[in-house]
Amino acid sequence: MSHETLIAALYVFALAAFLGYQVISRVPPLLHTPLMSATNAISGISLVGSLVTAGAQYNTVSTILGFVAVTCATINVVGGFMITDRMLRMFKRKLPTVKDKK
Amino acid sequence: MTNYLVEFAYLIASILFILGLKGLSHPESARRGMVLAEVGMLMAIIGTLLHRDIVSYEWIIAGLLIGSTIGAAMSYWVPMTAMPQRTALSHAFGAFAAALVGISEYYRHGAELGSFTMGAIGFEVMLGAITTTGSLVAFAKLQGLTRGTPVVYKGQNIFNMSLLVFTIGIFIYLLIDPSASPVFYMMTGLAFLFGVLLVMPIGAADMPVVMSLLNSYAGLAAAATGFAISNNVLIIAGTLDGFSGFILSVLMCKAMNRSMTNVLFGAFGSDSSTAQIESGTEGTMREVNVDDVAIQLAYAKQVIFVPGYGMATAQAQHTVRELANVLESKGVTVKYAIHPVAGRMPGHMNVLLAEANVPYSSLYELEQINHEFPSTDVAVVIGANDVVNPDARDNAQSPIAGMPILEVDRARSVIVLKRGKGKGFAGIENPLFYKSVTGMLYGDAKDSLARLTQAVQHA
Repeated sequence: MSHETLIAALYVFALAAFLGYQVISRVPPLLHTPLMSATNAISGISLVGSLVTAGAQYNTVSTILGFVAVTCATINVVGGFMITDRMLRMFKRKLPTVKDKK
Repeated sequence: MTNYLVEFAYLIASILFILGLKGLSHPESARRGMVLAEVGMLMAIIGTLLHRDIVSYEWIIAGLLIGSTIGAAMSYWVPMTAMPQRTALSHAFGAFAAALVGISEYYRHGAELGSFTMGAIGFEVMLGAITTTGSLVAFAKLQGLTRGTPVVYKGQNIFNMSLLVFTIGIFIYLLIDPSASPVFYMMTGLAFLFGVLLVMPIGAADMPVVMSLLNSYAGLAAAATGFAISNNVLIIAGTLDGFSGFILSVLMCKAMNRSMTNVLFGAFGSDSSTAQIESGTEGTMREVNVDDVAIQLAYAKQVIFVPGYGMATAQAQHTVRELANVLESKGVTVKYAIHPVAGRMPGHMNVLLAEANVPYSSLYELEQINHEFPSTDVAVVIGANDVVNPDARDNAQSPIAGMPILEVDRARSVIVLKRGKGKGFAGIENPLFYKSVTGMLYGDAKDSLARLTQAVQHA
């Protein structure tokens, strides 16, 4: 990694940190569990690194490590998004009252 | 050309992730936001599959298929009460993936690595390894595979700190000499070990903080991966996750009036013998029966339910809702008071009550509801203990002194649903149980609530 790439990467990191702070502070406690599973799914983006490792045929060890990493990261991405949606579906503002049902 | 396309896909993905998380600022927009994030993820994955280094797809496809199957099955079958365990497990998976990519990068390049890349890989592998084993221990505690109580021994903090310092020491050595591969593998092994040692002494009651912290580490591990392979979308997504976890852990610490150091190294609840309390723990607890409580509830103007981890273990959220339905049909106003650290992870109670079809407009946070207790006829505490302990407010000697609590003892009457006469998980006496306004209803919470529902219907 050259100095320029490092500095550029640090810029991205710092700005993402501030942005993250601003965005996440606005999430109400009501949604903290979905928030955690959502960020979990999003950080499953490390799948991107695993895919290259698994498919590039650098060497056998890397391929095996990459394969396991792809599996683990996919569990997070797929499972994380699905369960977040399952939870968010349950949050309702008001329900039909008991009288309405009758 | 493809390279630009890939980079462009990553850029769009990063923007969609941020918009997706922004959607979570309100329940109405949350699902739409998640769709955006999903689209972003799909774009990033498809973009990556075009990467020029990728020459064979069979392992990739196998991994994607196996991972999707396991992930989908887990998210489909896991009950809402087990959400903390599932989350702990997914932290472990995410962090393990990051650690493996880091190990593979080191294995490939080894001695050729520059200090910066070595530093990034080192952070990636260390954070990944600590989070993997730490989350697995947290999972075991939450799932009840091991005891939830803190595991402590003499000199534990000193031992852990020395181990950490030593691990960081050999990490610095690697920055100077990246070719020392035995040192790298030793560092990796020690980081895996340190994860276990870090979470072992932490009690189940402190899990909300630990979960948030591990969430943060898992994110930072992904961000470090981004530094190691110079990939901006990884840095952005990982940082967002890292900061989300960090903010949550700070919030959780505030909600317990404790510092992060105290949570991590304090081994809460292990020294309860030194923290005995004088204020109002004498006297007797007043036991009440279902019929009396039912009449009280049926003729109340306002009832506030205060759920805690006990509601989750008893799977009582649906029964609470049934009781609330009956009460509402009798004209009683029903509200729910949610303490930030009730349960085992941030927002745990909200999700359970939402599952039981409680509209989120009836769920109230600590600051919103505390002033309402004096005008509330009955506060019903369901398997919560420390979050309603008046000692936190009244007794400066209490181990939980200063922790913000739900002031149920200011209600006209308090009913505590409790399994037995034992103390809470932290082993702290709760003077609430001895107050004259308090009635104790012993038994399984779900069973008691079902009987209450019956009785209220006939009242």
